[in-house]
Amino acid sequence: MQAAEMNAIRAAEGLLALSQQEELVDLPNCPLSASEDEGDSDGERKHQKLLESIGSLNGKNRWKLAERSEASLKVSEFNVSSEGSGEKLVLSDLLEPVKSSSSLAAVKKQLSRVKSKKAVELPLNKEEVERIHREIAFNKTSQTLSKWDPIVLKNRQAEQLVFPLEKKQSDFVPIEHVFSSWKPRTPLEQEVFNLLHKNKQPVTDPLLTPMEKASLKAMSLEEAKMRRAELQRARALQSYYEARARREKKIKSKKYHKIVKKGKAKKALKEFEQLRKVNPIAAMEELEKIEKARMMERMSLKHQNSGKWAKSKAIMAKYDLEARQAMQEQLAKNKELTQKLQVVSENEEDKGAEEEELLVPDVVNEVQMCADGPNPWMLRNCNSDAKGEIQEEPEQPPKPMVQEFSESEDDERTGTEEEILLQEFEERRSLRKRSELNQDAEPVGSQETKDSSSQEVLTELKALTQKLNKKKHQSRKQKMSSAGTVLQIQREECAPEEEEPLLLQRPERAQTLEDLEDLGHEEFSQNKEFPRPVLKGEQTERNPNNQIDAPKGKKKEEMIDLQNLLTTKSPSVKSLAIPTAIEELEDEEEKHQKQIIKEAFAGDDVIKDFLKEKKEAVEASKPKDVDLTLPGWGEWGGIGLKPSAKKRRRFLIKAPKGPPRKDKNLPNVIINEKRNIHAAAHQVRVLPYPFTHHKQFERTIQIPIGSTWNTQRAFQKLTTPRVVTKPGHIIKPIKAEDVGYSSSSKLDLSVTQSNPKRPTGHRKKQLKKNTVD
Amino acid sequence: METVPRPGRGPQSKKNKPQAKRKKPRRYWEEETAPTAAGASPGPPRKRKNLELGRHRQKNSHSSKKSWLSKKSQFPRKSQEQKQPGGEKKPGPQRSLSGFQDPFPGPAPVPEEVARKFCRIDRSKELPHSLPKTRSKLEVAERVEEEISAKAARSELLLAEEPGFLEGEDGEDTATIRQADIVEAVDIASAAKHFDLNLRQFGPYRLNYSRTGRHLAFGGRRGHVAALDWVTKKLMCEINVMEAVRDIRFLHSEALLAVAQNRWLRIYDNQGIELHCIRRCDRVTRLEFLPFHFLLATASETGFLTYLDVSVGKIVAALNARAGRLNVMAQNPYNAVIHLGHSNGTVSLWSPSVQEPLVKILCHRGGLQAVAVDSTGTYMATSGLDHQLKIFDLRGTFRPLSARTLPQGAGHLAFSQRGLLAAGMGDVVNIWVGRGKASLPPLEQPYLTHRLAGPVHSLQFCPFEDVLGVGHSGGITSMLVPGAAEPNFDGLESNPYRSRKQRQEWEVKALLEKVPAELICLNPRALAEVDVISLEQRKKERTERLGFDPEAKVPFQPKPKRKGRGSTASLVKRKKKVLDQEHRDKVRQSLEQQQQQQQQQAKPAGVRLSALDRFVR
Repeated sequence: MQAAEMNAIRAAEGLLALSQQEELVDLPNCPLSASEDEGDSDGERKHQKLLESIGSLNGKNRWKLAERSEASLKVSEFNVSSEGSGEKLVLSDLLEPVKSSSSLAAVKKQLSRVKSKKAVELPLNKEEVERIHREIAFNKTSQTLSKWDPIVLKNRQAEQLVFPLEKKQSDFVPIEHVFSSWKPRTPLEQEVFNLLHKNKQPVTDPLLTPMEKASLKAMSLEEAKMRRAELQRARALQSYYEARARREKKIKSKKYHKIVKKGKAKKALKEFEQLRKVNPIAAMEELEKIEKARMMERMSLKHQNSGKWAKSKAIMAKYDLEARQAMQEQLAKNKELTQKLQVVSENEEDKGAEEEELLVPDVVNEVQMCADGPNPWMLRNCNSDAKGEIQEEPEQPPKPMVQEFSESEDDERTGTEEEILLQEFEERRSLRKRSELNQDAEPVGSQETKDSSSQEVLTELKALTQKLNKKKHQSRKQKMSSAGTVLQIQREECAPEEEEPLLLQRPERAQTLEDLEDLGHEEFSQNKEFPRPVLKGEQTERNPNNQIDAPKGKKKEEMIDLQNLLTTKSPSVKSLAIPTAIEELEDEEEKHQKQIIKEAFAGDDVIKDFLKEKKEAVEASKPKDVDLTLPGWGEWGGIGLKPSAKKRRRFLIKAPKGPPRKDKNLPNVIINEKRNIHAAAHQVRVLPYPFTHHKQFERTIQIPIGSTWNTQRAFQKLTTPRVVTKPGHIIKPIKAEDVGYSSSSKLDLSVTQSNPKRPTGHRKKQLKKNTVD
Repeated sequence: METVPRPGRGPQSKKNKPQAKRKKPRRYWEEETAPTAAGASPGPPRKRKNLELGRHRQKNSHSSKKSWLSKKSQFPRKSQEQKQPGGEKKPGPQRSLSGFQDPFPGPAPVPEEVARKFCRIDRSKELPHSLPKTRSKLEVAERVEEEISAKAARSELLLAEEPGFLEGEDGEDTATIRQADIVEAVDIASAAKHFDLNLRQFGPYRLNYSRTGRHLAFGGRRGHVAALDWVTKKLMCEINVMEAVRDIRFLHSEALLAVAQNRWLRIYDNQGIELHCIRRCDRVTRLEFLPFHFLLATASETGFLTYLDVSVGKIVAALNARAGRLNVMAQNPYNAVIHLGHSNGTVSLWSPSVQEPLVKILCHRGGLQAVAVDSTGTYMATSGLDHQLKIFDLRGTFRPLSARTLPQGAGHLAFSQRGLLAAGMGDVVNIWVGRGKASLPPLEQPYLTHRLAGPVHSLQFCPFEDVLGVGHSGGITSMLVPGAAEPNFDGLESNPYRSRKQRQEWEVKALLEKVPAELICLNPRALAEVDVISLEQRKKERTERLGFDPEAKVPFQPKPKRKGRGSTASLVKRKKKVLDQEHRDKVRQSLEQQQQQQQQQAKPAGVRLSALDRFVR
């Protein structure tokens, strides 16, 4: 169609061009003829022309057609001119004779017929035709070829290709046919056969017994209908429910959702109660779920009044009753969620609540330990925590926490719920404030403690620190009193008491070995680095000390670290059999001996040497800057003259910073960063084709292939060759029939010819259909 | 093709059970009560269930959410989605001729925990976005891994022996149980494994078990060298080398024996005939043999660590440790790295391909006395002159995991195959046990203790036997340590009962599979990584050669719009818009990076700058 249109347009264009040409031809003719006719009146005409040209200067009628002013009755035999008459010449005018004659009717008819016919289109030019041919040919071939795409893809992705390709035996012989030819021959077989016959077991058709066959036939039309109806109903119900769920999901009302949630929770609780009575094991599982939810809640800050909204409300809470209530609600919710669900049988419930609280966390911890299993860090942690604390300082349980705990418990018992909530809120606020204060004061304290590497400085500093500490306490107390409730003050008082030893202990520690001995116990428990910090457990939120500890732990210095590593007093082994050489030594002597050992090693400063070595290694591994300064270039040179700093800066090429060292945070380790060239020679250097990133490729070569790491089967599978050829067989090119295509591509061809501009997607679909058929 | 049964598709056998009849259509929102699934078949139970069986089964394999096997652990979700293109069909209940059905159709379930042990692909690492072609390759790799791990997990079944430990009655300390008690309690064959060789004449003994655990070689300080099949107590050879013997070690098989004598290193065969005298290794104090690389590592008094390739007789590397006399050495069986202990309290890790130590760890305040590395290469136990026994983590952090002060420093340490740690202190041997395989032994209560006739001079656990060999000044003691060794051996790798022919066969195979010495590095899995540095280098060279980066992103070229809107101005405008966007992104990123850097810098600066610094002049 388009081609036809194009042709029509083309024809029209041709005509237009022709007519224009005619006009162009006409134009020069007119003045010429005029000049021939009136040669004498030249001056007049020139004048006229001049006037015209002047008039046309304004640009409006520049191309005004020259027109004839007088009628010409002269009819040239070459030219049909209609000018002057004012009307067009029509074909019929020519045909009409002066007097009508019937003999011309046939001619007239013919002419009219010719007139009614459209003009024959111009044939397309050669290039156009060729282009169209090419397009069609391309479409055709690409279609025929794209048929092979899935096969090619399949073969490319196949794990193994066996050539010559064989047709798959898709149809298996039904087992009945196999059996039909089989006859029992031996007496045993016959006997078995007879037995089977007796029991009406299927022999020829092993799939269905007669009973089953009967039952198959038994299904009537009605039954089938009923069944269908049921199915329909079920489907409809499901769709209704889905629609409803979707609708409900869209509801934006918060209140509604809140109510729904509450309802659900209640229901769940009820169910749980029932379950507990009926099926205690399932109930336990359910309980675990609840416990998990509780854990999640405790981990998250969701209802802790720490969010943006809560903070904004906290500001308003002073004045706005509603805001206060909202906050309380939140806290209550948190409390509710974090409250332990007590599932104890009735007789056990009488026992103290404290016991329970003590018991349960232990159990939880143990479970976690087991779950962690082989993770040495966790194991170590547990050991150090449990045993270290218990063994080393049984007489010093973490008192402040206990106090707090009991306090809060008392509160809970005495006060009504709202009061508690209010109090808690207050506490939190005060805590927040205090933490800010602590952070202000913190860096000073911590740095004092950490600077213990140089002992002389420390002794000087000691007095200062004490002063500062005092000041700090005073100032803090003042601030607190302004802020606070009685409870706060109580807490506050206990906090600094704890802090003091912590702060003072560090500077003293490394001074002498005796001190070190004395502090041994405390160190072990309070060590930052090794053994790992003692987990404070559940009171982390409440314990004010914790906030002090955390930043300290982060900022550690190498020296201290290393010292700790080596000087920590590890618990000694009590073994039954003590080596004979030492057996007779008593405890005091033992201590004395230890002392001797320590003193003996105090002299050779292993740590210092090691640190020095490490420093050298770090320096050596750093990329070096290149100095391109030429002395004496552009300025005075000579002995004793150095190029100016500016110049040096200008010509210094700074080496790019390398990646951070692996042992950056490991004070006791020097890791060689040099590249092992010999090993690198065995590594892969070029990424194979489909991979764009080395990580992708690495993932595919993670699995070891050798038989040492795999079972025999797996090894065989991993090492199967991708292409197997049978020797002596001719590998023929693949045929359509081999793959299951019928070789009827004519239909496709016709389709493409009729409308070659069909979108490719369509074609593909059709193709697929074909292949499926 | 078989994989670990995942919750996605399990065998659907419940179908045939009577209680699996459905009363009510199961909705997708309801919890599935029975794995019958297939919510599309409500209504009263039908008689003709068999007809539907095939169809349902097919459906089930896609839709059922639960499998009746292990519910507790699941494979990563990702692996669940990819399905075998070959169309893995679960063999449904096969009908036998009699009409009865297999109640447990299909292959037996694979224990997932075990299967996970064999998974090597680290799925936690994020991959950059990959093209579909690449993705298909990755999927294939993951699928193969799954299959293979399932197969390996299945073959775990063949490991018939189970390890066990000595367990005291309630409250009883196992350390109080004496060797005599154990010997009395066990069967005769095991009791025969406990023995004492009373050899007071030739001084403290070093001993070594062969890799199969069948043969024992020992050498006394005063020149007595002997090798015997210690299970049958058949003596292979006994000689006196008339020279001080520092250390003794079997090479790859029991037929060759390396002895570090006072002057040179000599190699004997199992007849006691001297085969080689290696003069390049002089004044050797300690020997270690790396079985997969066929390397004999020697540490000498002169401070050199020398690697001798025993398969070709060449010295691969001689490394100067620059730390004086070397007399503490151990090998890491996981990566064949040699650990040397030094007198300045450090332990250095060596590979023959690198001239400097790979890692240097400061372990003790005093000099090192003994080092031992466990069989998984995870833990290193060290003891120093400061009477401490420490266990270090070797997986990158090199931090001490536990430490104990011993009444007397442990002079010798040894790890068993299952992670028991033995320490010889004076004339006492203490053994600690971890929980489970390859777990860290908590150094609290010793598992066993034993007192010997003289001070301990050498310790080694016998492979594949619950025996600890102790060489001391009074001879050799073979202790029974229940649960020390791996109960299952690989018959093709190290077979204690192999014949001579089998040994020869194995020798050839082992030589063919010899690992080149330069492959020894700290993390052997790093060899399976792409050498990124040279990859980048190549890319750079290529771009230089071509003059442009063929893999670079082509700059955005807007397509001309039709219908007269594709003016050049608009094209340029669009182009500029995209460019600007990219530029903005770049700037934003760099700004973020800068901020991060500033934050990082600010932190340490804050540490150093304290309020008290103003007082320091």
